[in-house]
Amino acid sequence: MNEDPRLLLLDDQDDIMVVIAPIRRGETMEVDGLRVQATADIGLGHKVARRPLAPGAQVHKYGVPIGSVTKPIAVGEHVHVHNLASNYTPTYTLDDAKPSTGGT
Amino acid sequence: MCAMADSSTSLRGWLRQDGRKGIRNTVAVAYLVECAHHVCREIAWPMREQGVHVIGFPGCFPNDYAQRMMEALATHPNVGAVLLVSLGCESFNKYRLEKVIRESGRPVKTITIQATGGTRSSIQEGRGWVAEQVEALAAEPTLPMGIQDLVVGTVCGGSDGTSGITGNPAAGRAFDKLVAAGATCIFEETGELIGCEHIMAKRAVTPELGLVLEASVAKAARYYATLGYGSFAAGNADGGLSTIEEKSMGAYAKSGRSPLSGLIKPGDLPPQGGLYLLDVVPDGEVRFGFPNINDNAEIAELIACGSHVVLFVTGRGSVVGSAISPVVKICANPETFRRMADDMDVDAGRILHGKASLDDVGQEIFDLILSVGRGEKTRSEDLGHQEFILGYKSFEPIGPGCLPSVTV
Repeated sequence: MNEDPRLLLLDDQDDIMVVIAPIRRGETMEVDGLRVQATADIGLGHKVARRPLAPGAQVHKYGVPIGSVTKPIAVGEHVHVHNLASNYTPTYTLDDAKPSTGGT
Repeated sequence: MCAMADSSTSLRGWLRQDGRKGIRNTVAVAYLVECAHHVCREIAWPMREQGVHVIGFPGCFPNDYAQRMMEALATHPNVGAVLLVSLGCESFNKYRLEKVIRESGRPVKTITIQATGGTRSSIQEGRGWVAEQVEALAAEPTLPMGIQDLVVGTVCGGSDGTSGITGNPAAGRAFDKLVAAGATCIFEETGELIGCEHIMAKRAVTPELGLVLEASVAKAARYYATLGYGSFAAGNADGGLSTIEEKSMGAYAKSGRSPLSGLIKPGDLPPQGGLYLLDVVPDGEVRFGFPNINDNAEIAELIACGSHVVLFVTGRGSVVGSAISPVVKICANPETFRRMADDMDVDAGRILHGKASLDDVGQEIFDLILSVGRGEKTRSEDLGHQEFILGYKSFEPIGPGCLPSVTV
């Protein structure tokens, strides 16, 4: 059971939870009963891992796969384009062109 | 529900010769090549708040899709009269377009700039004719219109990680209510249904249609893979979406839970009430670039399929409206709503913090569509947004199995 009001679980099978109120680096989150510290600012609508994820694993959201893990992901870590890739077409971002904030 | 439907849900319509009814009575001023665009803008500008909208096609080379789109838009039920503006040497078949409009019972006039004597005289002549149409249309009677007469499209743009949780599923609830009441609903962008094709196919009214739906998404996946980009903008990633399949699952929620009655292509009119998927990705080899270069290209296609109103779900904060049909802006993200409330019709982001349920917001969207159908302006209409864009594409006609209600 998750108690952190900033995190929303969409489906029991999901590997991630959706951030519904911004989380600052260093703040403590409660992820499925586990207390973890945020390693980056994580914005509204972004995702954090519910369980450790290994490269190659499928990440589930809404109960369905939304892409493959590209780097090891720890519980509570921000799951995004730096560690998750589409199984269809690559994701285009402007992240290289601006200061990295982990989402605004 | 049915017993109390009549007075409370009655809309205000203008009856057209083909039996369809419009919820607006606009004059479309259409350029038939970019070279005539300025003249159209100048003609429409002084009357832009009296329902005079500019549409058009910029290309000088002929294109069957663009011809079909312009014919469908110029004879859309929200359009009461049409002024065509030609430079004179472009390849667009203005003769055929004028004939189609005249046969639809609408006043139509073509101004050819090279024949009229240039910019100034064309603007003057165009303004005179359009002013007469505005006056005549204002005097036209209206009649009651029911929900079953209504066609509603939906699109999402500037999506983020909230879109798939609040705005899109709330729009889906509104779609469910509309379909149950006999309306026609259209959702689109097969390139944003990648990964959803199998669950979507299960909702088709026939197994054959299910295969058609899957094939349309496979076509989109192939098309976008060839181009090297998915239907995914940098801002989607800023808003927390990581992959096209994640964005797709959120976008798919706009379709609601009704059975899928058919697949149509731009310019096709759904044959009866129900839920339809609009296949926006061209057929054949990749040609002419991206299927739709921005949200307004999709909105124009939904309108060409008869949409009286378009629901636009946004997370990052789109501001656009459209020529011809009102756009209802549904804001999925509460932070965006706080920043851009003046541009938004619906605050769906309050679902995130438990201040409303999906059903509450779905009902609010449904009620708002009815108000817009009685003449109330949407935020984008009030702000003067009348964006329009049309490019090159190529399509084959829809195949057997796409519209089971017609072929069975």
